[in-house]
Amino acid sequence: MNEPLLRIDDLHVDFATEHGKSHAVRGVSFHIQPGQTVALVGESGSGKSVTALSVLRLLPYPAASHPKGRILYGGQDLLSLDDHGIRAVRGNDISMIFQEPMSSLNPLHTVERQVSEALILHRGMRRSAARARTIELLTEVGIPDPASRLGDFPHQLSGGQRQRVMIAMALANEPKLLIADEPTTALDVTIQAQILELLMSLQKKRGMAILFITHDLQIVRRMAEITHVMTEGKIVESGPTEAIFANPQHSYTRKLLAAEPKGQPPATDASAPPIVSAEKLRVWFPIKRGLLRRTVGHIKAVDDVDVAIRRGETLGVVGESGSGKTTLGRALLRLVSSEGRIVYLGRDVDKLSWRAMRPLRKDMQIVFQDPFGSLSPRMAVAEIVAEGLSVHAPQLSPADRDARVAQALTEVGLDPADGSRYPHEFSGGQRQRIAIARAMVLEPKFVVLDEPTSALDMSVQAQVVDLLRELQRRHGLTYLFISHDLRVVRALANELMVMRGGKVVEHGPAADIFAAPKSEYTRALMAAAFRVEAAQSAEVAQ
Amino acid sequence: MHATLAGIRTPFVAFAPAEHARSAPRLSPINQRRLKIFNANKRGVWSLWIFLVLFIITMFAELIANDRPLVASYRGELLFPVVVNYPESKFGGFLAETIYRDPFIADEINANGWMIWPPIRYSYSTVDESLAGAVPSKPSWLQTVEERCGGYPLGPADPSCTIGNFHWLGTDDQGRDVMARLIYGFRISVLFGLILTVLSSIVGVGAGALQGYLGGWVDLTAQRVIEVWTSIPSLYLLLIISSVIAPSFWVLLGILLLFSWTALVGIVRAEFLRARNFEYVAAARALGVSNGRIMLAHLLPNAMVATLTFMPFILAGSVTTLTALDFLGFGLPVGSPSLGELLAQGKENLSAWWLGLTGFFTVSIILTLLVFIGEAVRDAFDPRKTFAGRA
Repeated sequence: MNEPLLRIDDLHVDFATEHGKSHAVRGVSFHIQPGQTVALVGESGSGKSVTALSVLRLLPYPAASHPKGRILYGGQDLLSLDDHGIRAVRGNDISMIFQEPMSSLNPLHTVERQVSEALILHRGMRRSAARARTIELLTEVGIPDPASRLGDFPHQLSGGQRQRVMIAMALANEPKLLIADEPTTALDVTIQAQILELLMSLQKKRGMAILFITHDLQIVRRMAEITHVMTEGKIVESGPTEAIFANPQHSYTRKLLAAEPKGQPPATDASAPPIVSAEKLRVWFPIKRGLLRRTVGHIKAVDDVDVAIRRGETLGVVGESGSGKTTLGRALLRLVSSEGRIVYLGRDVDKLSWRAMRPLRKDMQIVFQDPFGSLSPRMAVAEIVAEGLSVHAPQLSPADRDARVAQALTEVGLDPADGSRYPHEFSGGQRQRIAIARAMVLEPKFVVLDEPTSALDMSVQAQVVDLLRELQRRHGLTYLFISHDLRVVRALANELMVMRGGKVVEHGPAADIFAAPKSEYTRALMAAAFRVEAAQSAEVAQ
Repeated sequence: MHATLAGIRTPFVAFAPAEHARSAPRLSPINQRRLKIFNANKRGVWSLWIFLVLFIITMFAELIANDRPLVASYRGELLFPVVVNYPESKFGGFLAETIYRDPFIADEINANGWMIWPPIRYSYSTVDESLAGAVPSKPSWLQTVEERCGGYPLGPADPSCTIGNFHWLGTDDQGRDVMARLIYGFRISVLFGLILTVLSSIVGVGAGALQGYLGGWVDLTAQRVIEVWTSIPSLYLLLIISSVIAPSFWVLLGILLLFSWTALVGIVRAEFLRARNFEYVAAARALGVSNGRIMLAHLLPNAMVATLTFMPFILAGSVTTLTALDFLGFGLPVGSPSLGELLAQGKENLSAWWLGLTGFFTVSIILTLLVFIGEAVRDAFDPRKTFAGRA
């Protein structure tokens, strides 16, 4: 066995906080062979990103410190290197790509400048040589017609293209190790598949090693040879990926693997009356140009969509970012202005004023994606949950109101005694439960769930899905479930609607669509989402 | 330690919106953390305490420096000259208002009873008629007994030659006690500054909140108006206005308010613009919560951080502005105790060093204390400081 490319020995990372030291990483050891793909898997807060950032010493020092441990690369300890030494390693021998391609590219620099910076810095290349090399790199990462994109700024590129530019930057100096910190998490599923494809082909061609940081087990299974499972700052299980998936040893790994949202939506009554429906629903945002702000065109966020949701059923709306699924949900609740008829409980509501809508809002609620953004940080949990009651049931006495709040908190699986605490004291999953309690306390009939599980860790996702299904069964709720994640939708939706570019691509009973998708786009989405099954069946076919 | 907590909490709670007041018994964890950081800044805590002590003491200026006794007993009757205006006829005189410093009245009362004077027997407008030398006269503790009491009928043996009649900081060029003027002047400056700060914060926060929340044309128009308004050289305009209108306390306050409210608009507007797109605001709208309540309960607490951080600095600025106007003679009405007027006297009478030095030290101490407090408040509200070391 030859010398590993990178060896991490007993790495510890501490962060100084006002309550003393917090130990983010406690004794992590692993190594990476040249050309190998190693994955660090774990949920948020497990210390996987901190470990990766320690390799290039990118943590916020001096708040962060390494009380123990070594990171050996090419015979030298990266942790004890001086600033000059570590700069020679960064972006040269080891480079990194990050999660958010928009914020990791400088918005004021052109594509050419971003990519050639590393070439000029580390290689001392001349501008013309750097330009030629930049075009080569962009071709390699699959940017079509790269010469014409050199002068573009990041905002002129799509999310996938930005991530490709990031990869080109990271590859500029032919690193021996590429650290990829959740490189596809912010991307749509079909784009994710393309980027992973690209990384795999680049690795094969160049023989570089990849350290892959992710929470997504599907990606690990597809990419990595060796997997390390991390939780609470420690590696709890390591081994060849296939072995871990086939025969997980540690209880945490088993929990992670078992965390996929499962189950079937409750059966519905096909003859039930629609609770909400819309005909030719349109949300167009005008594009204004010039001095007089003349409208020159429209962004058609939702374009002539017909929708009807029967009482007690769940309509899943699936689509990638920009497909108009969120706008559709908000338009049905009359939170954005729209054209077209909206019927709610047999009543036309599309012409009602904001004030006239208010009594109806008791029956229609929404749960948002980001449980960190959707709760007011300066209100106690009980106040947040009680706010809707103070609008719609002002006649309640304080004692009755507290009782309703306590009941709602209990129903979503929280302790009513937590009502006096503030949102930031809760974990992501608990916060999403608070947001659900806020909607449920009004005893609504119709709830729009706008990606309620996307910001959560996998094991928590499954719990929230179970909770939502249980609430639906108990109260006969009607859901509009918006998601990009087909796995979650499959566990909840009776009906399925696939949207793209504001239009409906496919609409029908969920079981039928999952069994036999009719449109090309739905098939692509399915392939991306259930690619493990797809890959396995392909292997079987061989 | 418990007393410290209670004392320091007051300023936060005083300006906190109603939302906080409701949950006041238990400070939110965010505020507890802020309090901790504030308390860690010893300089700021000390400054706050010194400032509060000075402020509370000077609030009772009438009981400390006054030309009337606090309590007197005359022919078996208990009198409170500090609060009640007794005509001089009561003591055998003929004026509508009793001058208790008059030796005739003083002897009359002492012969038929007693009186208790405040520690300093001068008010801000009292002219000491019994000064021996030329005005402005030196601090009494730098004079010999003869110099100090030479003006009294019996000289050093006169009963008025007591420590209560000391001029601790000398007199000004009209024979008024500087110490008494300083106490009253501190009070009026700080009160003026506080009222101006609170009023301009209310107007500024309101205007910024509306602009940020409504956005669009309201925002665009108001921003342009504010730009034009702030480009007016306000000090010159103030000079012109106060030379036309007789400047009373409230008139001056109104004029200064016309220009000072713009200080907070920009920050509050930016906070509202940022926060109105937060999902919890969308969630509140989906609940059917009214715009007014969204602004008050969900958005204002965000803006309060910026506002509270700026408040001590606005207060310092207001005190400076008033002092500057008084110095130039365009401020409070003639005869009012004011720090600016004291500084102007110091400039006129360079040989009377106690005037200039007193004015200088008072103004610089007030401003230093306020800036130190402001610094500590700013640190306390700084999220980077709060979450120092978090990745």
